[in-house]
Amino acid sequence: MLELIVISTLNGVLSGMQLFLMASGLTVIFSMLGVLNLAHASFYMLGAFFGYQISRWFGFWPALLIAPLLAGAIGAGVERFGLRRVHNSGHVAELLFTFGLAFAIEELVQIIWGKSPVDFRVPPSLDFPAFTIFSTNYPVYKMFMLLVSVAIFTALLITLKKTRIGLIVQAALTHPHMVGHLGHNVGRIFMLVFGIGTALAAVAGVIAGPALVTQSNMAGSLGPILFVVVVVGGLGSLPGAFVASLLIGLIQTFAVSMNGSLAGAFGPLGAADEPTWLADIWGVTIAQIAPVIPYALLVLILIFRPMGLLGTRDT
Amino acid sequence: MRRQLVCAVVATVAAIAMGSTETHARTIKLAFIDPLSGGMASITEAALNHFRFLIDKANATAALGEHRLQLDTYDNKLSTQDSVIQVQKAIDAGAEIVIQGNGSTVAAAISDFVNKHNERNPGKNVVYLNYAAIDPVLTNEKCSYWHFRFDAHSNMKMEALTNFMKDRPPIKKLYLINQDYSLGQSVRQTARTMLQSKRPDIEIVGDELHPLAKITDFSPYIAKIRASGADTVITANWGNDFALLLKAAADAGLKADWFTYYAGSAGGPTAVMRTGLDGRVFNIGEWHQNVPNAEMERFAAEFKAKYGHDWRYLNIRNVVEMLVRAINETKEPSATTIAERLHAMKHRSALGAEGLMRPADHQYMQDLYVYSFTRVSEATKYDEENTGWGWKTVAMIPVAQTMLPTTCKMERPN
Repeated sequence: MLELIVISTLNGVLSGMQLFLMASGLTVIFSMLGVLNLAHASFYMLGAFFGYQISRWFGFWPALLIAPLLAGAIGAGVERFGLRRVHNSGHVAELLFTFGLAFAIEELVQIIWGKSPVDFRVPPSLDFPAFTIFSTNYPVYKMFMLLVSVAIFTALLITLKKTRIGLIVQAALTHPHMVGHLGHNVGRIFMLVFGIGTALAAVAGVIAGPALVTQSNMAGSLGPILFVVVVVGGLGSLPGAFVASLLIGLIQTFAVSMNGSLAGAFGPLGAADEPTWLADIWGVTIAQIAPVIPYALLVLILIFRPMGLLGTRDT
Repeated sequence: MRRQLVCAVVATVAAIAMGSTETHARTIKLAFIDPLSGGMASITEAALNHFRFLIDKANATAALGEHRLQLDTYDNKLSTQDSVIQVQKAIDAGAEIVIQGNGSTVAAAISDFVNKHNERNPGKNVVYLNYAAIDPVLTNEKCSYWHFRFDAHSNMKMEALTNFMKDRPPIKKLYLINQDYSLGQSVRQTARTMLQSKRPDIEIVGDELHPLAKITDFSPYIAKIRASGADTVITANWGNDFALLLKAAADAGLKADWFTYYAGSAGGPTAVMRTGLDGRVFNIGEWHQNVPNAEMERFAAEFKAKYGHDWRYLNIRNVVEMLVRAINETKEPSATTIAERLHAMKHRSALGAEGLMRPADHQYMQDLYVYSFTRVSEATKYDEENTGWGWKTVAMIPVAQTMLPTTCKMERPN
């Protein structure tokens, strides 16, 4: 039992940090620009595919550097030539714009790399067990993911709260005219923030690509859970996203390890109910509904604490 | 003037004559409907290459005389709704033969749809060739005259696997992990029932169902298997769900015996090799590359040279060979006549072994093999996916022993 708890905690923290890596960029963009970027997961996917392509040409480490830069440049371009124009038409237009962009990116990826998964592998320099606990090995690569997530979290937090750039960015959001009068180029600040946000998504893509599966539907399968993280944590709150990622990672992992069901709690069904639809519900284990739990949490949070765990304004 | 008239008459007569000979030569359209996008696309691509190779060959050697086969592909995204739409699309495009294999829920939907279509459109029938969807219901409760299954269904495979496990004393604690859909649910049920009678001493310490084609990281499941203390795992997972499960097992260093249905499909061998479980991962199937047979060795090598990956399914060769025979044995080939010919067709496979399309349920019966994955040696010349590891036969189940009874009450159309 202790073994399962320790291992599940480790696995949960690992998957939570993976989630945070992807959610951080989304949160930054939302808290700085007030734009909910529905195409965020697509930039994550772009990062994974760029990373795959570049690592084939130059190796993994250059890919980890170049792919986010490329994706960030595309992101900045999207802000400069797309979002900025749409911005005048209000939030709904922005949402629709990023919504469409997600489909466009997915189609583009399918045209270039095909629909089946590509063979994106963990680099040999990180492909060995880091340590063994209860005779379970932990790959170095997972530790590397953990490290990068923590590093990004601290770097972002320090930049936003402690540096001059962070202050200007925050000021530009609430008082854009004032910041403009003070001689800063507000447009460029927004472009920069959007670029950095999408580059962060791409970093997550390059790192998660080899560990998970790099394929053209990876954005679609990841997108919804990212929004759960951001909403549960509190829209625009970086520490909130951090906490929510960990929470969801842990919940999902522990749910998988539980076998409880209604049948286990209240005893098996009577013979009369055995062939009915009730039998299905009765027999379902917590492990089986693990993938749904985060969405249930999303609904509960929106009902009982609409500003999220650490958020300051209502969603 | 007269000259022109003569020319016109000659031309018309010639045209009629040519037309009348051409009505015999037909292009028979095959619709390949399987997930060509998403996580399961890589195994579908592999299977599709198998079909392409055989059909190109059949056309190049004029195996059908004046007729030709044409293979069109449709992506069903592993969804039943999409599949039905794609079947309709294929029929509208003139397809008479539907081919599908990946996903038993999808298979049931297609079989159902083909039945309805044929009832409503007499004279414009469609026949459904299933090369890999192995939920038993397809040839039992939900059997259909228009559906032909070429792979052994999961109860036949489980019967063979459990017979093999019966004589392996080391098994004490068993874990079942399967995909949460029709096949996975059927496999867990059958495994329990069969082991209860054959090996009541085996304790089933876990029985897991996980979402189909959705999990990207199986480490929580592997942690659970390890915590249960299982020494043996049974899984009917296929495609990415198998490769990623074994990848997580390799990462965590889980040491257990595995009994599998689909360790041989794309990505599987690579993942198994990484676990380092030499000779401890067993698979059940109709063939593997190290079944000694000169013809299949030559054939598999020719395929690999052309497509760059291993030949995996003897079944697909049987499908095309039997289809070609069915077409050649009828004067005016159509879905109806093809189904009539396939109905009780006996077939000698490339291995030289006899097989039979059982008329009672349209389930193809053939020898099965249990084989384990191990480092290549004298006996196991051919490796898989260039891993340096290959399959080695540990048991052969002759066709007579694979014949399970069927509950099918087949309705033959008039």
